[in-house]
Amino acid sequence: MSGQTLYDKLWEQHLVTQRDDGTALIYIDRQLLHEVTSPQAFEGLRLAKRKPWRLDANLATPDHNVPTTVKERAEGNSGIKDPVSLIQVQTLDDNCVEYGIEEFKINDPRQGIVHVVGPEQGATLPGMTVVCGDSHTATHGAFGALAHGIGTSEVEHVMATQCLLAQKMKNMQVRVEGELGLGVTAKDVVLAIIGKIGTAGGTGYAIEFAGSAIESLSMEGRMTVCNMAIEAGARVGMIAVDDTTIDYIGNRPFAPTAEQWEAAVADWRNLVSDPDATFDKVVTLKAEDIEPQVSWGTSPEMVTGISGQVPDPKAAPDDTVQRSHTRALEYMGLQPNQKITDIKLDKIFIGSCTNSRIEDLREAAKVAKGKKVADSIMLAMVVPGSGLVKRQAEEEGLDKIFIEAGFEWREPGCSMCLAMNADKLGAGEHCASTSNRNFEGRQGYGGRTHLVSPAMAAAAAIAGHFVDVRSLPANDATHAQEA
Amino acid sequence: MKKFERFEGVVAPLDRANVDTDLIIPKQFLKSIKRTGFGVNLFDELRYLDEGQPDQDCSQRPLNPDFVLNQPRYENAEVLLARRNFGCGSSREHAPWALEDFGFKAIIAPSFADIFYNNAFKNGLLLITLEEDEVERLFQEVEEREGYALDVDLENQRIVTPRGEILEFQVDDFRKQCLLEGLDDIGITLKDEDAIRAFEEKHRQRRPWLFRQTA
Ligand code: SF4
Repeated sequence: MSGQTLYDKLWEQHLVTQRDDGTALIYIDRQLLHEVTSPQAFEGLRLAKRKPWRLDANLATPDHNVPTTVKERAEGNSGIKDPVSLIQVQTLDDNCVEYGIEEFKINDPRQGIVHVVGPEQGATLPGMTVVCGDSHTATHGAFGALAHGIGTSEVEHVMATQCLLAQKMKNMQVRVEGELGLGVTAKDVVLAIIGKIGTAGGTGYAIEFAGSAIESLSMEGRMTVCNMAIEAGARVGMIAVDDTTIDYIGNRPFAPTAEQWEAAVADWRNLVSDPDATFDKVVTLKAEDIEPQVSWGTSPEMVTGISGQVPDPKAAPDDTVQRSHTRALEYMGLQPNQKITDIKLDKIFIGSCTNSRIEDLREAAKVAKGKKVADSIMLAMVVPGSGLVKRQAEEEGLDKIFIEAGFEWREPGCSMCLAMNADKLGAGEHCASTSNRNFEGRQGYGGRTHLVSPAMAAAAAIAGHFVDVRSLPANDATHAQEA
Repeated sequence: MKKFERFEGVVAPLDRANVDTDLIIPKQFLKSIKRTGFGVNLFDELRYLDEGQPDQDCSQRPLNPDFVLNQPRYENAEVLLARRNFGCGSSREHAPWALEDFGFKAIIAPSFADIFYNNAFKNGLLLITLEEDEVERLFQEVEEREGYALDVDLENQRIVTPRGEILEFQVDDFRKQCLLEGLDDIGITLKDEDAIRAFEEKHRQRRPWLFRQTA
């Protein structure tokens, strides 16, 4: 018998029942809740007169709708100007009180984007099953956890039964071997992977990211990679447990302590794929081939290296692709064969559950230090992923670097990643964004998003157009500083 | 959930790959705390020429005449014909809510994104996966004939074209039964309540650190 993959192990450890038709009940250890995808689930519980199965498995925080200016946030919920957003945040608060679920409210220093908050608190642990009504839940897979994004009906299902109805996925391994070049970050790695396998390449699979380049990433970097598994079509992304994982978790508020810690660590050491495990599909990339990436289109797979150019739709492999490339160029206002470095920008967004952790902010700050945002940039903003990230960044003086360079330093939340609050792009504006989706209208009606790493976003802010971070003078720029 | 019954429905073609959930229902409409009323904002950015706001009277908004669902021949469409990777992007269940609220009962495409696939079935929306060339052919047929309708028969897992051609499709038994009988997932799962409790106890003993004592 061949060995098990990490996914096989996690699946087996949580399997409650397996039906003949392939559907299984999987036990869920942690559910994270936010204001957008939970109200209808609570409403469903209420209508059916059901109670949550296990309160301590749930943790909530508002993130999608919260305003991010200091002034608005000083007023708490009443700082939310949009009455509909306010109702949503208020509804989360009310539901958490009614059912007794722990919530980090809008002005709790621990509030932030769920996918930043969970790991930061140690509420995400190796070997857990984690769900959240948000497709970027795969982020938590960076800890050797099985993390699924789910819909609202499933949120309700998990609340009521502590289980998820699931079918076992196929196993895919994406290996990135070798050493990443200077200035090439986790974000570039995952964008390059998506560029290679496509936005549907991982559909039906649980992806394990592996290889020496992945192992060399910090937890922040690993979260960035797993975060975007969904942009490669996979509901689940994960990385095996090693010392980096365990070091990160130690002493976090929700992490096990004392003798439980020892037992937990011993257990976590098994959360790796067996050497003789087989995968249904293996994709390999060479780290040396990856350069800083920039997306040029309206799907994350429409991405290329900084030295590249916008493709010519005429060269597309088939009609469907040709049509979507043509439409994408039209929407993005770009010309075939235009050089990526010739794309001018209007706004800069550094934030989102992909790239708003302390390491991301350090990388961006290194590039911004002592420079000025170009006059042609209308708005450059940095939105930390959580109150604790913000506090740490301020302790390190990163806020001053950004502010002196002309960036706005904001309060934590999803912000312009999806523009549900007031932070958005105007029609036709180009934005260098560290978020994860460049769909039409994602960052505002008619807005044009280019996905990049934090260092690339900062460099673009200063130049006013895309530049290769590797070419910046005194480029030690992009090596993450040791804390 | 309503029982899914066999029906004959007009087909609307949406000729575009990778239709994402932001396109199906833009984020400004996700602020609602209800499950209904999303139909008027389905494909909002494609359907209207202006930028939509929540709680707006959509009957006064300028329509985009080029968008397929605005063409009179597709007015009462109940089947949506789409391209590969339909429903990619976010996990928002507002996407199937909007499609269903608009009046769609089934969607046909060569492939669907995973989370959307789950969400759709949980809301009584049937997703039919056909081969790329079959979908291509349907696109041509729909184009050629006004009022083109398909007979959608979940019980027998097939659709029948106006010419009498039969196309079979696969769907897993559990989802099929839930749809046909209009079953609520939670109710079904709670039949296994004892098994869940037993599992939970074992799990707690083996890995107590997964069960945090709340303060
Ligand atoms: S930061 Fe963006 S992608 Fe992440 S949870 Fe918030 S809205 Fe979703």
